[in-house]
Amino acid sequence: MNTEGSKPKLVFVGNGMAGTRTLEELLTLTSEKYDISVIGEEHIGNYNRIMLSPVLAGEKTIENIILNDDDWYRLNNITFYKGEQAVAINRVKRLVTTSSGKHIPYDRLVLATGSTPFRIPVPGCDLENVLTFRDIKDVNRMLELSRHKQHTAVIGGGLLGLEAANGLRKQGMDVTVVHAYDSILNRQLDKTASRLLQHSLEEKGIRFLMNAATESIAGNDRNEVTRLDFKDGRHLDVDMVVMATGVTPNIQLAKSCGLQTDRGILVNDVMQTFDPAIYAVGECVQHRGQLFGLVAPGYDQARVCANHLAEMGIARYIQKALATQLKITGIHAFSAGQFDNVADSEEITFFDGQLGHYKKLVLVGNHLVGAVLYGDTQDGGWFFELIQQQTDISPIRDQLIFGKDFCQWPEQASNHLPEAA
Amino acid sequence: MANRSTCAYCGVGCGIEIHTNADGTPRVEGDFEHPANFGKLCSKGSTLAHTLTDEGRLLHPMINGLRASWDQAVSYVANGLNRIIQEHGPDAVAFYVSGQLLTEDYYVANKLMKGFIGSANIDTNSRLCMSSAVAAYKRAFGEDSVPANYQDLEIADLIVLTGSNTAWCHPILFQRIKAAKLQRPDMKVVVIDPRRTATCEIADLHLPIKPGMDVALFNGLLGYLHANDKIDPDYIAAHCEGFDGALASARAEGDLSRIAARCDLSETDVATFYQWFAAIDRTLTCFSQGINQSSQGTDKGNAIINCHLATGRIGKPGASPFSLTGQPNAMGGREVGGLANQLAAHMDFDEEDVAKVSGFWRSPNIARKPGLKAVDLFDAVAAGKVKAVWVMGTNPAVSLPNAGKVVEALQKAELVIVSDCIETTDTSTYAQVLLPAAGWGEKDGTVTNSERRISRQRGAIAPAGEARQDWRILTDVAAAMGYGEHFPYKTAADVFREHAQLTTLNRNSHRKLDLGALDQITEAEYNGMAPVQWPTLPNIDSQRLYGDGNFSTPSGKACFIAVRCQGVSNPVSTEWPLALNTGRIRDQWHTMTRTALAPPLNAHKPEPFVEVHPDTATEFGLENNKLAHLQSPWGQAIMKVNVTDSMRRGELFVPMHWNDQWARGARIGELVNPSVDPVSGQPESKHTPCKAAAWQPQWTAIMLSRENLPLPKCDYAAKIRGQKFYRYELAGTGSTEDLMALAHKLACTEAKPSIEYRDSKNQNIRCAWLDQQGLVTCLYVGPGSSGIIANADRNWLASLFDKPALEPVERKALLSGKSPAGVEDCGRTICACFGVGEKTILKAIKQHNLTDAADVGKRLKAGTNCGSCVSEIKNLLQQAG
Repeated sequence: MNTEGSKPKLVFVGNGMAGTRTLEELLTLTSEKYDISVIGEEHIGNYNRIMLSPVLAGEKTIENIILNDDDWYRLNNITFYKGEQAVAINRVKRLVTTSSGKHIPYDRLVLATGSTPFRIPVPGCDLENVLTFRDIKDVNRMLELSRHKQHTAVIGGGLLGLEAANGLRKQGMDVTVVHAYDSILNRQLDKTASRLLQHSLEEKGIRFLMNAATESIAGNDRNEVTRLDFKDGRHLDVDMVVMATGVTPNIQLAKSCGLQTDRGILVNDVMQTFDPAIYAVGECVQHRGQLFGLVAPGYDQARVCANHLAEMGIARYIQKALATQLKITGIHAFSAGQFDNVADSEEITFFDGQLGHYKKLVLVGNHLVGAVLYGDTQDGGWFFELIQQQTDISPIRDQLIFGKDFCQWPEQASNHLPEAA
Repeated sequence: MANRSTCAYCGVGCGIEIHTNADGTPRVEGDFEHPANFGKLCSKGSTLAHTLTDEGRLLHPMINGLRASWDQAVSYVANGLNRIIQEHGPDAVAFYVSGQLLTEDYYVANKLMKGFIGSANIDTNSRLCMSSAVAAYKRAFGEDSVPANYQDLEIADLIVLTGSNTAWCHPILFQRIKAAKLQRPDMKVVVIDPRRTATCEIADLHLPIKPGMDVALFNGLLGYLHANDKIDPDYIAAHCEGFDGALASARAEGDLSRIAARCDLSETDVATFYQWFAAIDRTLTCFSQGINQSSQGTDKGNAIINCHLATGRIGKPGASPFSLTGQPNAMGGREVGGLANQLAAHMDFDEEDVAKVSGFWRSPNIARKPGLKAVDLFDAVAAGKVKAVWVMGTNPAVSLPNAGKVVEALQKAELVIVSDCIETTDTSTYAQVLLPAAGWGEKDGTVTNSERRISRQRGAIAPAGEARQDWRILTDVAAAMGYGEHFPYKTAADVFREHAQLTTLNRNSHRKLDLGALDQITEAEYNGMAPVQWPTLPNIDSQRLYGDGNFSTPSGKACFIAVRCQGVSNPVSTEWPLALNTGRIRDQWHTMTRTALAPPLNAHKPEPFVEVHPDTATEFGLENNKLAHLQSPWGQAIMKVNVTDSMRRGELFVPMHWNDQWARGARIGELVNPSVDPVSGQPESKHTPCKAAAWQPQWTAIMLSRENLPLPKCDYAAKIRGQKFYRYELAGTGSTEDLMALAHKLACTEAKPSIEYRDSKNQNIRCAWLDQQGLVTCLYVGPGSSGIIANADRNWLASLFDKPALEPVERKALLSGKSPAGVEDCGRTICACFGVGEKTILKAIKQHNLTDAADVGKRLKAGTNCGSCVSEIKNLLQQAG
């Protein structure tokens, strides 16, 4: 299988969160099995991408969010091709060709190519100062512009868009969130939580333009963005735009070497592509029809993939309910599972208007299937566990929404029952 | 300076001292020199100071719902009474008074009605309490005179407590017996009561007798005493009449095994009781409402007295039949004659007595025949024969049997006058004229307790608002009716002096009531008067009566009364299979107008309840702590079930206290059969046939509020006053479709709740309203008998009303209904994914000597999902290390 060394060669394409986690998981299982190489496009060791928002908000520095620095690669005997892009894969010869012309042989290959921010295809979408929010480069650009630009629009009222808006607002900009729907975070929150969140963000000085579909983006003679025009005739004068309207899986490399792809790289339950030597994890994959944009499923996939790379062969990736958490300091919003228009569902709600605390639990039969929390998210993790484990909550239903501390299961509670009066 | 007075509750008549705290609030302590209690007080007496509040007080006269001056009110009453007397005669008016009135009040009321209106239609709620004992004493001794005193409780060798839950109803006497029994363990106590009450704590023998069978049991005893030569033939011969007839009657009840079977008691137990009674000379038989409130209450009293007469045990140290009265001044009322079948000062309606009293009062118009007794009186009101009724200090709409009919009667009467210290009672609702009476802490006068001891009640505080002493109100009305010269009283002492003088008319008769030494009492002497037993004559030992065998009858001999057990008047049947018993509980008094104001008293038994034996509960599908619907041919009620094996099978016990001010659906008087004792007129409140079934509400609710909210008009409601809050236990029928609308209605607010909880499936709603001062109202309502309602931690919720503001964890916990005690404050959230707080992490680091973030993750999961918090966890590790 290999000609030179005694150990098979394992190559990672991509140095993002899912790829790195796969590597870390593998090293905890076995550090001796492979000669490992990592090809990473960015000029930096791997970092916690989801912490870019606090960096943008000035609450953390890049150093704070580095997960593994160069020493880590060295200490673990990993060959790190930093700042190189994989441009081709020869599956017959089992070689990866990089942007600098290197040919890196592999016995096993892990594709963790991630995704690319989606730019809405309207006239002017490629003007100067129309940015996306994906990596350190983007953050640095935004920070730089925020120093001499004043009016910015963030297109997209999803998690990333709101975090970008908050960060830019904290950098002193005048920020308007432009959202195509009537409530922000419409995929993560229900209307009530969304309204509370919008209210909190408005108190921080962020403005909102709802139900606004961008028709075109106009620029000046230096090709710099000046104005957004919407389909309903409204417009907004801006000197910077951040598009946070979703991502597209990076599948070009896989596609060009003949791997089966759809919207993402198709993988089976052990994260193998149609080539048994090639695995894929993270935002670039499509598993059972589903794409992934959050870190948690990426980590789950990493665990499965590492297990198979270590030739233990017992793990299987099963999609689980997802939880999302907004990372804006002082604002707590959480959701998990299904909570909108769930068939045959019942709801438990809690609302403390003065504190701005809102909770909604969605149940089907005796099981929790979804949770939306706003203001007090302390029990989000526990609700998420109950959703994932499909726990029968009927004995604690009356106390459920108040959280784990208030829910004693009957067998525990029996000692504390008051005597009959 | 302490003000010495007398407790306003039961017939023990304990001496109290009313002190004033540094902050001006009153404090009540026991009077160590008072011979009734020697400084001790029960739970009700100890909390008397709570009732010295203006809350709920009637503060000024009202006519037809409008505020009026005293002059207007007095002339309205006087004119109304005069008009009705002119049109329909004196018997068209009636007074219904109370054992809560002082002797002076009673005296003026009695004099006005019998002496000047010229009717004897004045009766008292003592009718419900002790009139059977009165009648029994009169039949046996010729006078309503209790032979014993409280010391006898300590020197008796056998105490028989029959129909008396002494522990709860006369707590200080119970404590005296208990202390004596500790000193002398040989002393025996027998408790005869269908229920195993708290009194049984000190019982050597408990006879759970079948209701209504007391005459059989005591007749059996008389037969046993005779058969075993335990009677005192010399005493009988010298001092008694009618023994043979009584004995024949008694023997006809059957032998011991027959008696035991009829009473549903074990033969051994009955034999033990009879043996003890036969063998022990110093035997004291104490009886109370269990004997009196019966269609054969007088016979029951005489059956008891017969046994004492047969053994010569009357008025001897530690040996007597001893009626324990219910009210603080039931005895005083009887002394002045405040019962329809007495004239005045223990005198009757025979010509000689009428002439004496008429002469003394200078009242040519004096009543010459007995008037209507309580139940008959309200029947006559309902029938339109009595057109005007003046209710003083009592609440017949709650306390009389078949109370629904009383309400009807009050609605029908032309003129209803209520003098009371409380503004809203179930009775005052129907009054045209409301007259504010001074409350117990404001009144001056005397009361007589169960041992014939007259004690002063001394006002400690000024009357609330425009309230006046009852005797003064009556005096003013008498003057306005045109009898001013006969009612010249300026002070309570003036009234008392006249009353004492009237009793001296008994001096040369066979009667014992004579307050001779007090008939010239001065104002100063009256004010300083120490507790004294009557008769109050020089050189007469008034500790006990009839010890010399010289009775109050014309012949001087006591009378045996031949009685036969008749059972109850309305026995249980297939349709009405259960026997309803009613009575007092430890910490409430009568209709709760005062005790419900004292938060500590509301904690013992906060809600109206029905006690039932476990087997009976199973048979009728009743569950502990759930609601039951009770029904008798006369009315219905809903209350909480309390399953207890202290009950006999097939019987129910319900407290008499609850009414429409503090509860809905719990007025047990509505169910009680209106049958009365033919001699005494006392109702049979201890036995009503009824049925019971589980009551399934459409919804239940618990609400606590800082505000005194009106009691909702739902099927079941109980309002409980706490220190700084009111608690409402509620249940109802009707639509549960819009529980939020119901919540707003119950909480009496249109405001949106500050916090709300909804469960779409259980339609379970919980709401809380808060303001700057903290919690205003919290409310939990659910369909059926929802678990959250039953399980809400009422004590914890109550404690929140003491706080100026809720802690965050309390606020979060509030609508869970559960205390967050034991819930740790986990501090600022560090790991948002798993909800792990700063304090939790620091604790784990210290406890397990964790050194890196991965260890923290393994233990607490913190940082193992998105990893955003790992750097903060590292900081905490540094901080801890």
